[in-house]
Amino acid sequence: MPDDSMGQSFFERVVEATPGGERLRLCLQCGTCGGSCPSGADMDATPRRLFAMIAAGMEDEVLRANTPWYCVSCYYCMERCPQEIPITDFMYTLKRMAIAKGQYHRDAHADFSNSFIGYVELYGRSFEFGLATRYHLFHSPLGMVRKSGLGFEMMQKGRLNTAPERIRNVPQLTAILNEAKRIARQQEIEL
Amino acid sequence: MSQTNGHSYAYYPGCSLQATAHAYDLSTKRVADILGMQLQEVDDWNCCGATEYFSIMSLPAYSLVARNLALAANQGAQELVAPCSACYLNLRKTNDYMGKYRSKVGDPVNEALAAGGLHYTPGTVSVRHLLDVLVTDIGYDAIAAKVTYPLKGLRIAPYYGCLIVRPDTQYNPEYPTHLDELMRVLGATVVDFPLKAHCCGGHMTQISEEVAYELIRRILHNAAEYEADLIVTLCPMCQLNLDAYQPQANRMFGTSYNLPVLFFTQLMGLAFGLDAKDVGIGSEIVSARNALAKIGREEEPAERTPTRRDKKALPMPPMP
Repeated sequence: MPDDSMGQSFFERVVEATPGGERLRLCLQCGTCGGSCPSGADMDATPRRLFAMIAAGMEDEVLRANTPWYCVSCYYCMERCPQEIPITDFMYTLKRMAIAKGQYHRDAHADFSNSFIGYVELYGRSFEFGLATRYHLFHSPLGMVRKSGLGFEMMQKGRLNTAPERIRNVPQLTAILNEAKRIARQQEIEL
Repeated sequence: MSQTNGHSYAYYPGCSLQATAHAYDLSTKRVADILGMQLQEVDDWNCCGATEYFSIMSLPAYSLVARNLALAANQGAQELVAPCSACYLNLRKTNDYMGKYRSKVGDPVNEALAAGGLHYTPGTVSVRHLLDVLVTDIGYDAIAAKVTYPLKGLRIAPYYGCLIVRPDTQYNPEYPTHLDELMRVLGATVVDFPLKAHCCGGHMTQISEEVAYELIRRILHNAAEYEADLIVTLCPMCQLNLDAYQPQANRMFGTSYNLPVLFFTQLMGLAFGLDAKDVGIGSEIVSARNALAKIGREEEPAERTPTRRDKKALPMPPMP
């Protein structure tokens, strides 16, 4: 593997940050992953190609690719991979790395994910109404107008709560999450 | 009415069942009651993080999920049942990875849990999907015994989506059949449905509408090709995508699909003799009224009209 000359290579860091990541070394470049992917045709690089790019140390190109963001988490690739590589888990690793480096693709919905987890950390539950309004307000006000008809219908049918649900023991959850973040920083693993 | 077969489970409804999929929660509880299942909600459970938390942070995401496993174990549960496929995957995966990758996941997660006074030994509870529990533990025969209004003549496309069969489950990952079998037990006609385990797009509607609506279109097209009256699902995300975004997908592709998407528990409830309202029918965006009129089980019984014979159908007497 090409080395970054200083510290671990990109390949090693990707392997290290993924549970079961060692199996990436066994990739045959067979392409079963890309062929099984429902959104593969719209990806900058299929998972197979992306893995070759990781092995070639093309860090910037890999982190800027739309591939992990277009992954729908259907696990077809992982189920079919003859080498049992946890491909979907690698997509999550690459998203985290791209966000940490601020290098993500313009289609990345890192802000959507951030808004989502913001509500989860605050209330212990997800909050779709808040998420939809906050996210679209900042990202596509026109889209919000277009979708507001649907939102209204969902609300009428009792499928959208306008006030968040909240768990009782928020302080316990906060303590757990803060500690997990502290450990992650300490271990210098990709957050 | 009640069976004393001692089926007791910890119940993890998940956030969707509190809002967009409240009909799934309602119908699950009604059906469980009829089948003599005890569902004890995990007290003070939190969100599983969906796919979003894992995209931003790894260890906090596993810890978030693990709090639920710890709470369920403290409640004395051996089996934890989740009706939402995404919750099911996150709970199952965390349970699995904590044991399999102790140094990377298991140990640090327990260190984090300790900050909240909790601990979880991986594997203490076994995580199950609601459909699996119903067909395996309760069984087709016990379910059949409760059917009082068979769904005769209703053509159903059984939609599994992804996370109940992938990755690495006991079911066929590409062509599962347990939902098919359950629908047959309820008296329905199950249509062939090659895309039954393809992806609905998950949260793709938030990233690229073009990609998302194409995935939705394929599934609707496939169900329509086989002349299904409705699609039945077991996942709130799949239901939301196929139902709520169906009009928008129609607009994008100039199509006119009109396929209601119901939860399998809603159809179980109907077959068990519950009223449509009691299982949350009426909260779908694409109305199930016309489809259910075929079996005389549409939402408001006052407007019930006698089932008309299809002009092309063979001259058979109408079903009671």
